[in-house]
Amino acid sequence: MSQPHSPLRIRLLRWSAPILAAPLAGCNWVVMNPSGDIALQQRDLILISTALMLLIVLPVMALVVVFALRYRATNRATDADYDPDWDHSTKLELLIWSAPLLIIIALGALTWVSTHKLDPYRPLDRIDAKTAIDPKVKPMTVEVVALDWKWLFIYPDLGVATVNELVLPANVPVRFDITASTVMNSFYVPELAGQIYAMPGMKTQLHAVANKPVTGTGFSANYSGAGFTHMRFGYKAMDKAGFDAWAARVKASRAALDRNVYLALARPSEKAPVAYFGATDPKLFDAVVNLCPKPGQRCMSELMHVDMMGGAGKESAHDTQGLQYDVPNSHVIEQSDQNKGQETAPDAPGAPGPHHEPAIDHSNHSGADAHAQHR
Amino acid sequence: MTGTLTTTQMIFGRLTWDSFPWHEPIVVATFCAVVLGGAAVVGALTYFRLWGYLWKEWFTSVDHKKIGIMYMVLGLIMFLRGFADAIMMRLQQAWAFNGSEGYLNAHHYDQVFTAHGVIMIFFVAMPFITGLMNYIVPLQIGARDVSFPFLNNFSFWMTTGGAVLVMCSLFLGEFAQTGWLAYPPLSGIDYSPATGVDYYIWALQVAGVGTTLSGINLIATIVKMRAPGMSLMKMPVFTWTSLCANVLIVASFPILTATLVLLSLDRYVGTNFFTNDFGGNPMMYVNLIWIWGHPEVYILILPLFGVFSEVVSTFCSKRLFGYTSMVYATCTIMVLSYLVWLHHFFTMGSGASVNSFFGITTMIISIPTGAKLFNWLFTMYRGRIRFELPMMWAVAFMLTFTVGGMTGVLLAVPPADFVLHNSLFLIAHFHNVIIGGVLFGLFAAINYWWPKAFGFRLNQFWGKVSFWCWNIGFWLAFGPLYVLGLMGVTRRMRVFDDPSLQIWFIIAAIGAAIIAAGIGAMLIQFAWSIWKRKELAVEGDPWDGRTLEWATSSPPPEYNFAFTPVVHDADSWADMKKHGYQRPLSGFKAIHMPSSTGTGVILAALSTLCGFALIWYIWWLAGLGFIGIVAVAIAHTFNYKRDFYIPVEEVTRTEEERTRILAAGV
Repeated sequence: MSQPHSPLRIRLLRWSAPILAAPLAGCNWVVMNPSGDIALQQRDLILISTALMLLIVLPVMALVVVFALRYRATNRATDADYDPDWDHSTKLELLIWSAPLLIIIALGALTWVSTHKLDPYRPLDRIDAKTAIDPKVKPMTVEVVALDWKWLFIYPDLGVATVNELVLPANVPVRFDITASTVMNSFYVPELAGQIYAMPGMKTQLHAVANKPVTGTGFSANYSGAGFTHMRFGYKAMDKAGFDAWAARVKASRAALDRNVYLALARPSEKAPVAYFGATDPKLFDAVVNLCPKPGQRCMSELMHVDMMGGAGKESAHDTQGLQYDVPNSHVIEQSDQNKGQETAPDAPGAPGPHHEPAIDHSNHSGADAHAQHR
Repeated sequence: MTGTLTTTQMIFGRLTWDSFPWHEPIVVATFCAVVLGGAAVVGALTYFRLWGYLWKEWFTSVDHKKIGIMYMVLGLIMFLRGFADAIMMRLQQAWAFNGSEGYLNAHHYDQVFTAHGVIMIFFVAMPFITGLMNYIVPLQIGARDVSFPFLNNFSFWMTTGGAVLVMCSLFLGEFAQTGWLAYPPLSGIDYSPATGVDYYIWALQVAGVGTTLSGINLIATIVKMRAPGMSLMKMPVFTWTSLCANVLIVASFPILTATLVLLSLDRYVGTNFFTNDFGGNPMMYVNLIWIWGHPEVYILILPLFGVFSEVVSTFCSKRLFGYTSMVYATCTIMVLSYLVWLHHFFTMGSGASVNSFFGITTMIISIPTGAKLFNWLFTMYRGRIRFELPMMWAVAFMLTFTVGGMTGVLLAVPPADFVLHNSLFLIAHFHNVIIGGVLFGLFAAINYWWPKAFGFRLNQFWGKVSFWCWNIGFWLAFGPLYVLGLMGVTRRMRVFDDPSLQIWFIIAAIGAAIIAAGIGAMLIQFAWSIWKRKELAVEGDPWDGRTLEWATSSPPPEYNFAFTPVVHDADSWADMKKHGYQRPLSGFKAIHMPSSTGTGVILAALSTLCGFALIWYIWWLAGLGFIGIVAVAIAHTFNYKRDFYIPVEEVTRTEEERTRILAAGV
């Protein structure tokens, strides 16, 4: 009699199988299975630390359950054990303080060593577990700028730049110099290495290496405003030949990343398409870090130099020309700018079309911004 | 445009018709529901002529018990709001796949997750624990009220004022879209020009005054008003943990206040503390806010550690194991909580040594916390455990919190944090400790002390339904987030590309729905128990309690204790019972008590108004509000009718009534 039921059961199974299996099979536990050596070591650290802690956590949880069941009031078997005034045991006290202490000593030592070893600022001394390299060898540099709400990658060694696409050669150590244009973001490629904040006016660093060809995604891990959710970029690691071919393709783009193009690019936009620049301004990244990508702005490095040399005297307090960087209402997408990304598309002929005047015009913001009176 | 102000702008600041979110159908619907519900409540209060009663007996009361209950009610109301936000997020994240943008746009969604965090921490967890400490601490130390009863009332209304401002932002203007800690430069005026961050600032500033003052009040109470014989090492553990939590409040909330003042100066007068330009430094804000923020999480959890100590000891009918080490563990946690703040931003790029230092100090906190857990464990050992609801919550806490603690220590390893920071793993972790620790502790406390406050027990059946819904719902809602974190999914995302993630968000949403059922069951439990209060009525000491609050009647009389008890032991009431304590039946005296005053309500209302005016740039109103605050405060110093005596006849009558009830019960 089960025959008529079978098709139904099979249909049900067929229908539900993907749902049942999806949680286990369909997903990529990328943090647990990364392709870069740094992320791999970080994964191992998670596993070792968890194992260390389980040494004490599991017995405790088991004891909670055992004691809760065994000493329940309805269990007459333990009535004889009841000891309402038992509240101290020096031996047990020693145990309950020293057992966690021992675990933490082990974990603390592991933390100290691994934090120094995996310090994002530290040049790599190995490509992978088997291949050591000399940390003095100059790594490939990629300059990363978190813009609203897209990523700019400048390859200073190649003199090229891309938007929303990060491509790396496998087994080549890379140093990322990271900053942001307006607000804080976090640069994170789970395949490659842990994240590090991208902050305006500051430069952070991350050393990492990709160990095999892979396609993945990277993104901002720190909320940065309305367009944050789409602030993702494609990440590819390629073998040497593949990378060289890709680099040549970018180099062939006739678009050039000069200051004006940067300023247009930096205006808020969402889902900006991938763009290639065959030429870049070599000083651009430093200018972004020093908050002076716009003509007429004074660089922080220059001001710090003036301060270091003893300052520019009292009258300089009023000399604020070119010091303002944050501008009112600079975090909203203007309707006319919606397809800004198009201008810098890979096949755009020559430099992007008529350059927009950089976003800032001090006399021209809406009256609703009462704060503007103070500036 | 900048120079001239129109008359309308003079009067209404930047408040215009467009400030109302007409175009957001969800908000409009909510608004209608709130207006209808509000009208119904106001109508009912008026119809049953309850306004006078509420004003005289509750709003203006300086009785710590009534203020404690009002805190709990505030916490509960805001909890429903905060949970509605949570449901909206879960729904959006389960929905927005395969090219769908979900049902919330960025403007709305970003407010929702910010409001959820702010509300749950500042206006749910804080009122709940403050209410609990307010109600229980004076009773546990044998006092008749707190040290500064008027200040207590004022503190409560300031907290409420902050909550009112947050709720205002729902229907007038907008709330911050910055995340719950409002990191600059995003929260600066240039990147968040609208009212959102201003609502955030003034809600927290107004409520922060209340929190700080109530911290001072409770420290003074615990230090100065303990019953004779109650030396520090004979204080109940809940009082100890409350003392430590309040020390943390007093030492850390001023940092929050100062940090927000600096942010306000940036936003209002154009200073550059946290801007990118002119030498401002947003990193400084992040440091400062977490120097407050980390102690804050211990402010939340410490009192609940105390609750669990009381509950475990009571329901095991056994002295707490390792009282002394419990006290030292609490104090160690209190001190260490100041040395760990940087673990919230290892990824900012501090050097390896700095990161290691803060990572290791964080791990060290797990040692005293572990010791506490062992102490509860060995309290159960050779005990006689009654599985009433509070004890069930305590066991659930021990199992849940341990997992949360473990993932917390994992996040304290800086290189591991680099891959898990800002991920849903982090979200799962802190909900694991805050729900598993703070909320479960509150539920234990509510079930434990409800008979104390109202004289009847809570219904068991609905309590158990709620218990299981919460426990199952919790793991269904947050288990998937741990997994998603390991897949590299980060927090505050609104839309997802990878369709394979959807199933996990659907499971999480189902978990949230089960939690919703748990909340529903709890509300039914309250309503049912109030309905059946005659059947559930109890004597003063329904659980065979061990500490002083059970020595008086339930609910306690206005004056708590007719005679101040004398204490010989940490479990003072158990000790008194053991030694055949006889309740005095005669010799009552008139009792000196503080009088009610409406000044707290008025001051807080003016502060809220002032905050509202500052948010909307209605300068004249802000000025007027401020002058009002100062004037009322000064006027209050001339109020000499601050105290009264409960006549001896009334005390005698109350106590004789109790004698009769006790005799009938036995």
